[in-house]
Formats: sequence, structure tokens, C-alpha cells
Amino acid sequence: MDLTALRYAASHEWAKLDADLVTVGITKFAVEQLTEPTFLDLPKVGKDVKVGQEVGVIESVKSTSGINSPVAGVVVAVNTSLVDDPATKRRGNLALVNDDPYGAGWMFQVQLAPGATLDHLLTHEQYEKQIAGH
Amino acid sequence: MSNLRTALYDSHRARNARMVPFAGWDMPVQYAGIIDEHKAVRSAVGMFDVSHMARFSFAGTGAEALLEKVFTNAVGTMKDFQVRYGLVCNEDGGTLDDVLVYRWPYGYAMVANGSNRTKILDWLTKHAGPDVQIQDQTLATTMLAVQGPKAAEIATGLFEHDVTNLKYFFAQPTRYRGKDCVVGRCGYTGEDGFEIMLGNALGPTLWDDLLAKGVAPCGLGSRDTLRLEAAMPLYGHELTEQIDPLQAGLGWAVKLNKPFIGRDALASANEAAAHRPKRVGLELDGTRAAREGCTLLADESTPVGVVTSGSYAPWLQKSIAMGMVGPGHAATGTKLLVDIRGTAVPATVVPLPFYQRAK
Repeated sequence: MDLTALRYAASHEWAKLDADLVTVGITKFAVEQLTEPTFLDLPKVGKDVKVGQEVGVIESVKSTSGINSPVAGVVVAVNTSLVDDPATKRRGNLALVNDDPYGAGWMFQVQLAPGATLDHLLTHEQYEKQIAGH
Repeated sequence: MSNLRTALYDSHRARNARMVPFAGWDMPVQYAGIIDEHKAVRSAVGMFDVSHMARFSFAGTGAEALLEKVFTNAVGTMKDFQVRYGLVCNEDGGTLDDVLVYRWPYGYAMVANGSNRTKILDWLTKHAGPDVQIQDQTLATTMLAVQGPKAAEIATGLFEHDVTNLKYFFAQPTRYRGKDCVVGRCGYTGEDGFEIMLGNALGPTLWDDLLAKGVAPCGLGSRDTLRLEAAMPLYGHELTEQIDPLQAGLGWAVKLNKPFIGRDALASANEAAAHRPKRVGLELDGTRAAREGCTLLADESTPVGVVTSGSYAPWLQKSIAMGMVGPGHAATGTKLLVDIRGTAVPATVVPLPFYQRAK
């Protein structure tokens, strides 16, 4: 994954644009701050989301953090391998978020609203500057 | 004002600990990770810097009478070298702290919570006559907890005396590398283990000796999840000036048949026990954690209590919590809801402790 090709929210989500589809996850820095995730809640497919809207929750032993949508649009997919499936009692594989936050640990995909862009988000360089010193 | 640092501060930094402010100290919350540290203590052995805990010593002919007055548990019946858990209460029965009292042939000692050091020292001083000398030894000494099924193996040969024969809740004054120290067989994790108190000069040396023996360094994060699984109360959560020891389920450490500060209030409260909220254990559906302050509900619209501590439990691998629940909702098996940030998560009242080691 070329991290310079991604855009970033100050609240530590990354966004990757392919045509009008945006894949969203949380950054390695966020994962390291959180330490081992123990619970993840993701938005429902079909949900309308606004920029900065809290659409999910990730927890570790010590902390609970909201996950915000970095872009405006409609949620069209979520990474079901990460979350519990109550029907089959399968536990979500949250290790993927730890091990591969920019790949297999992606969280959801948003179809951009008409006219919406990623221009308001930070570049990789700007994001690196924000987290420097932590 | 900057935070206090234990004698092990540099040792923690050298191991890349994540340091956080706690009770006025800079303390390690974790090294590699809370879950691994938690599992190390349950399956092998880990160690905690607990030097932030308050350590007081008592000398003089009035020491026993002072402790009997401020401590809910019995002092006079303690044997030499015995350690006893109990509470310090105010006149209303509210909990000022939970503490351990050590009895020596030559006096007494007390270990109190770091966050309550000044409050308890002031309380003790206020109630002490001229026949008691109280010393606060906290800043001059280091305290290390070595906890886990392999703790005794690790302690073998470390001290001048064989501490592996110590009974649980007994302590031994001994020597480490030629210097005086105290080793008590107790802890706050639900495992076998020792708590060692020694002068600051040898603190880092003992830490390094234990590291060399393979003891996992553990932070306050896993200390909290371990004590939660073992259902041990944490001051500020299950015990406060508003929650008395009887409500917290600590009646076994309250001797209403002797005089102590708060006794009369607690005796009256005991009569009304059936009508008061009490501490319960909860097991939640799923792995989402109930945090302190989450409301407990009997149904979507009927609040019946509040969560005092909650976490994902690394050893049990489920979400557990303790809370205060009103009468009629505290029986084992009762189904409740926990309001977690607006989501009602089902939970069941379960017996405490959540975890008990095989003996």
C-alpha cells in the first residue's frame, strides 16, 4: 500500500479513492494508540454518512474510540470478517486491524455523494506532521 | 506540579513502557500489551511496580489501639507477621480507603491506595494520640508485586529467608542482597504471589534480577483487568465515601462486634441491607465493554443501577463488569441491560468472582 496515495482525517481514519468508491480504515498510529482491539462496531450498509459523522466504535481493553466517516456518501460495504456474527457466533478477526490496518483491516466503503471529494482531508505529509511528537 | 516518579521510572522507560499519570505519579500502564501481560500473570508470572501505594509504619504503645479504632477488621486477634485486609471508614460508614494492615512483633504497618495517601495519613494523624509514631515510608521505598502461578519458583533463593513457605496473607521481614526488605504473600490479581517492599536504592536491581528470571513486566492496565476478573474492589469505583463496605460485599472484613469509626452507621445499614443497592457481577453479551458510569436498566426505560468497573476480560475472553444494583435486581441470573453509548446491551447477573485460581 502506497500510504502517500491515501488521504487522512485528523481523527485518524484513512481514505482511499477508486473512481467514486472510498475505502476507509484507521491508521497504524491509531491502532498503536489504541493497542489490541477487543470490539468493533461498523455502520450498516445503506447508511447515509456525512463528513466527520461517527459511524462506528472501536474498543481496546482500556479505551473506546469513535470511528468517523472521512467522506460524505452512502455506505456500500463493510468488512464483515472483522465483526462478530451473532447468527453463527463467529468472533470477528480484529487481529487484522492490528496486523494490516491499510489492507485486510479495512473497515467500510462509501460511495461518494454527488459532487463530494476528498479535498478536505489531510495529505500523507500533513498527517505525518500532525502525529509527529506523539 | 509535576508527578512523582518511582525508583523504577528509568527501568520502565528502558522497556518502552507507556507512562500515564496515576494518583499523582507517572506510572507504566503497559509495556508490550495489556492482554499479553494479563495472560502472563495467569499462566506464568508477571511483576508490577506498585511503589505508588502508600506505606505507613506505626510504633509506640498506642499503635494497636489507633488501628483498632480506624480499621473495620480486627487488629487485636492478628498474629505476628499476619496481614489483614479491611477498610477505613468515616463516621457515616462511607469508605475512606481499603487497606492492608501488617502486624510485626515490634509494631504495625499499613499499605493504602496511592490516591488516598495524604487523606489517610491526615486521618491517622488526627486520631493518633501522643503514644503512636506514624511514619510515611512511601517515598523512600519501592514496592514490587510478583504475581502468578510461578511466583514461588521465582522467589526461591532470592531472599535470605525462604519465603516460599509463607502462608497466604503472612509476611516475612528478610534481606535482599544484604539489605532489609519485607516480603508478603498477597496480591491484587487473583493469583499466588508476593509483594516486596525494599529501600529505593535496590529497587532497580530487584527489577533487573526478576527480569533476568523471565518475569514479565506488567503495567497498571493489566493490574486492573486482573483484579476485575478476580472481582476485587478498586477504590474510587466499587468503594467510595458514598459506597460503604457492606454494600460492596465486604462484610467479612467488617467486625461489627468491636468499636471502630463508622461502626454504628454500618450496624444500622446492615439492618436495612435488603433495601439497599449492592455490588454485583455482570456478564455481557458480546465483547463490547461496559465502562464506569454506564446505566444499568431492568428494561428499556427503568434504570436500576450503575456500572462501577467494566472491561473485556483477557483471560475469560468475555465482557465483564461490576456495578451497584438496587434491591430486587441483584439476584444471580437476573437479566439486565447496560446502556453503552446509547446501545442497550443485554447482561446477566453472575456470582463473583468471575475468575478463581485452582488451589
